[in-house]
Amino acid sequence: MRHKTFLWFFLPTGAAMILFIFMPIISVLMQSVYAPHEAVLEEVENCVPLVGCTIETKINQDATAALREAEPLGRFVGLEIYKDRGHLATEEVKAAWAESETWGEFREKLTNLPFYRAMGFTLTFIIFVTPLGIILGLAIALAVNSLHRHLKGLMIFFSLLPMIVTPLIGSLVLFWMIDSRGIIGSALVGLVGDPNFSLKASTGLMWVALIVYGIWHAAPFGFVVFYAGLQTLPKDQLESAQIDGATRWQQIRYVVIPHLMPLVTFVGLIQLMDNFKIFEPIVGFQASAHATSLSWIIYNDMSGETRQLSAASATSVLTILGVAILLSPVLVRTWHDFKGAK
Amino acid sequence: MYFKKIALASSLALFAGGAAQACEVGARVNIVGNEFAAIQAVVEKAKECSGAEIESNLTADHQKINLAGMQGNPAEYTTAIVANSSIVALMNDDVVRPLNDLVAKHGDGLSDTQLIRVGGDIMAVAFMANAQHLMYRKDILEQAGVEVPTTYEEMLEVAEAIRSQGLVENPVGGAYAAGWNLAQEFNNMFLGYGGEHFKAGSAEPNVNSEAGIKALNMMKALTEYMNPDYLTHDSNATNAEYRAGNIAVMHMWGSRASQQTTTEGVTDDVKNGHAIAGPLTVGGGEIPASTLWWDGWTVAKNVSDEEAEATFLAMKNGIAPSLIEDDEVAKLAVWLIAGYEPTDDAKGVFAAAQKGTKAYPMLPYMGLLHTALGNELADFLQGKESAEQALADVEAAYTAAAKEKGFLQ
Amino acid sequence: MASKAQRMPRGLRIATSIFIIVWFFLAAFPFFWTLWGSFKVELDFFSIADWTNSLTGERTVAEHGSPFTGRGYEGAWIQEEFWRNVINTFIVCFFVVTISLTIGTLGGYALSRSTYNYTFWLLITALIFRAMPPITLVSGYLLPFFEWNVWGILPTTIIVLVAINQPFTLWMLHSFFKNIPKELDESAKVDGCNQFQAFRRVIIPIMWPGVITTGLFSFLLAYNDFAVTAMLLSESNRTMVPAIAAFLGTTQTEGNVMFAVAAVVSATVPLFILVMFFQRQIVSGLTAGAVKG
Repeated sequence: MRHKTFLWFFLPTGAAMILFIFMPIISVLMQSVYAPHEAVLEEVENCVPLVGCTIETKINQDATAALREAEPLGRFVGLEIYKDRGHLATEEVKAAWAESETWGEFREKLTNLPFYRAMGFTLTFIIFVTPLGIILGLAIALAVNSLHRHLKGLMIFFSLLPMIVTPLIGSLVLFWMIDSRGIIGSALVGLVGDPNFSLKASTGLMWVALIVYGIWHAAPFGFVVFYAGLQTLPKDQLESAQIDGATRWQQIRYVVIPHLMPLVTFVGLIQLMDNFKIFEPIVGFQASAHATSLSWIIYNDMSGETRQLSAASATSVLTILGVAILLSPVLVRTWHDFKGAK
Repeated sequence: MYFKKIALASSLALFAGGAAQACEVGARVNIVGNEFAAIQAVVEKAKECSGAEIESNLTADHQKINLAGMQGNPAEYTTAIVANSSIVALMNDDVVRPLNDLVAKHGDGLSDTQLIRVGGDIMAVAFMANAQHLMYRKDILEQAGVEVPTTYEEMLEVAEAIRSQGLVENPVGGAYAAGWNLAQEFNNMFLGYGGEHFKAGSAEPNVNSEAGIKALNMMKALTEYMNPDYLTHDSNATNAEYRAGNIAVMHMWGSRASQQTTTEGVTDDVKNGHAIAGPLTVGGGEIPASTLWWDGWTVAKNVSDEEAEATFLAMKNGIAPSLIEDDEVAKLAVWLIAGYEPTDDAKGVFAAAQKGTKAYPMLPYMGLLHTALGNELADFLQGKESAEQALADVEAAYTAAAKEKGFLQ
Repeated sequence: MASKAQRMPRGLRIATSIFIIVWFFLAAFPFFWTLWGSFKVELDFFSIADWTNSLTGERTVAEHGSPFTGRGYEGAWIQEEFWRNVINTFIVCFFVVTISLTIGTLGGYALSRSTYNYTFWLLITALIFRAMPPITLVSGYLLPFFEWNVWGILPTTIIVLVAINQPFTLWMLHSFFKNIPKELDESAKVDGCNQFQAFRRVIIPIMWPGVITTGLFSFLLAYNDFAVTAMLLSESNRTMVPAIAAFLGTTQTEGNVMFAVAAVVSATVPLFILVMFFQRQIVSGLTAGAVKG
């Protein structure tokens, strides 16, 4: 396709992305290296109902306005924010390394820092949820595909349910059920035999609950993509494999899976990325005491009474970098495929 | 939510009855605020004013949009309804205007105690108050043969008595959900032990102190008597437990008092046994382990003087004494409006005020400390680290945030 | 797929059936549970006193004299006028799907047909764009939107949702178009069509299965979005999901949770109808053999 034709085809979608994704990313990058000006504080007397007057501190707006006027972007701090305790915590990590005698101690000190704690959970979540979600999705697709056509429609709908229901609401429903007096929670209490057993009070069990939820939520996406892929299965290849006496497993292994492989790459990419950004389940399960993620940190920075835009921007940039690192093996593969296809 | 319709109906009734005095505004008014019933009632009444368009956007996400919505020039919102914690964000960015001249011109009918003064300037007009105080089940306490506690130490004894007699398994309730709620509980306890959040006159944190450690240890002692899921229980979940009869004593927001007995499906035991009292003290201190809150409205800076005046008039009409002539509306909150007779549900908040409860600190950097407390304290309560370590983590997290925002060098 | 050679041995058939039943139960049970619970009062739904309450509806009986009550639905639909949010959701979904697919098919088709290296980098850039957490993007929009006076209205939200969803749409359609052999449109070009005519005459008639699947995802994105709609829509223009979140209340205020539960159930019904309808489209469209390798 010629450059000019390509440009015209690509223009609308390209413009939308530049305007609403690329430009905000640039502004986020700027925000992460510019912090708000140093505040000029002054003491004043505050009077409020039912309490009376007290001496409190406030920002002297006239003095601060002058600073703002001089440098409207804020004060340039370079990579300071990336290095502070809320992000990469370079000083703290160095100190922890110097002070720790064993790996365990170092790990413990590291997971006491918000960024590394979030990464610890996020990576565990990804390692379990991504492959298991894909495998379960593939299994469901193969199983549903073998059903009678009248049952198919019904099963497709119910199989899609965990995905199509808003994550926030889906995780809330499950959260209610795993409460120690919810239906699943009560069943577990009965199984364990300890009336004080609680899924939500233990970090380990909360991680398990989040991972199970993650797989439950992710499998339908794989299912629907693979199911659509199965409909385009090359019948002639399958038939010739059958004539060659291939077993059912061999047919799946050598015909079906290679046919679905581009889709597996696609599903894997999307799932890796979404799992890295895991957020709603943590809020829905109220799990922030046990598990956090980068997206949760961003949300937390943005939703406090004083919003920390620079901190949230720095974490966003780190999220993008994290995704890029995570995807790099897949990207290299895609590059080879792309080269090969040409 | 349920009260929204009642509030609407009653304010319409007032209007139809001609009870409302004429309110004329000369320019647009646009209100942003939280969505609870009391605020809905105020805004409905503000909208009775005629002469120009009065719009509103009441949403739980108001804190995320009010700053951006007032930063433009002209500002989208001419007024934001805020509390003592959230006005700080607006003042930090200088988007609300002093109301001195407007109060001088149109302030008749507003009582002096309603005016929020910062330095010499009136920055907001308050219309309701809130505080956390004791709620308990008098039937269970009677059965257990114990007095109503007035200190947290007594609360522990009461809890032990109730549990040991097998009346309630986890008798203590508390909104200890990690995050905002947990930090708020710490603030209460910390102030009760006489703690100061910051070193005098600076933004240096001061929570890693004796008062801080005592406060954490008392919280830990209380959690022994709580539902094991306490780190996921926000105030809604705690109230639901209370209404289901699973809690005998708890420190809870006064604004929730009226709903404990009126919510659908509450058992008769809870309805008849529910009682309230003032906030508790702790560690032999005089000042209750609680904080006082107010809700009020501001006027945007980046709007024309006509719009500011119109906003002032409309909002003043919104909190006119006739608002609380309706009993349904009067029940919705502890109003700071002239002529308000405290209902039984409001007594806890007034008791808190009488006992000298401190106001939630209105400091530019308090929000940062609150966030840091909410994130770092759960580790201590789960037994993962010591109180000193948890508080050191809080100070470190706060310091990083305060440096970013320019409060600390 | 029911050709003779494909017929399964009995053991596998049983294993598959058991697997399907278990999965059906896992996938559907929480929703049946919610459907059942939506006719109870809050204390029964959460069954805080005793979990069997959620089956027997003890408190619901005490309050309403019957174990089922439509109070949640009445509250959500009549008192809180949930139908307004439903209408808003459908307006948003319709335009998001239409616009997304229109510009996405053009872009995706171009990406699948051009052999220059920049297509690869464009795809990668789109992927990186998708890595951006939407909450940061949205907070970046707030200030300019307020200044241009376009905050709070449906068109703004529609355009933002379309843009945020483009990377995914592009990738998905790109993979689908890749499966359509190039020879098809090349032969059309030999017959004298230009690229766009080839696209219109040859590709459009056979692209529907892929487009429908992609459209389904665009629809779901718009239907379920919370981050964007909660921050960019004013109270009066809310779609369903932020409205449901508002029913749940916040820590400072009590919501009416049963309205939310009833609304969740109501919001699932259109999805049911939609999937039932398009499931046929997907199967018949794909198996018609338009996309033979």
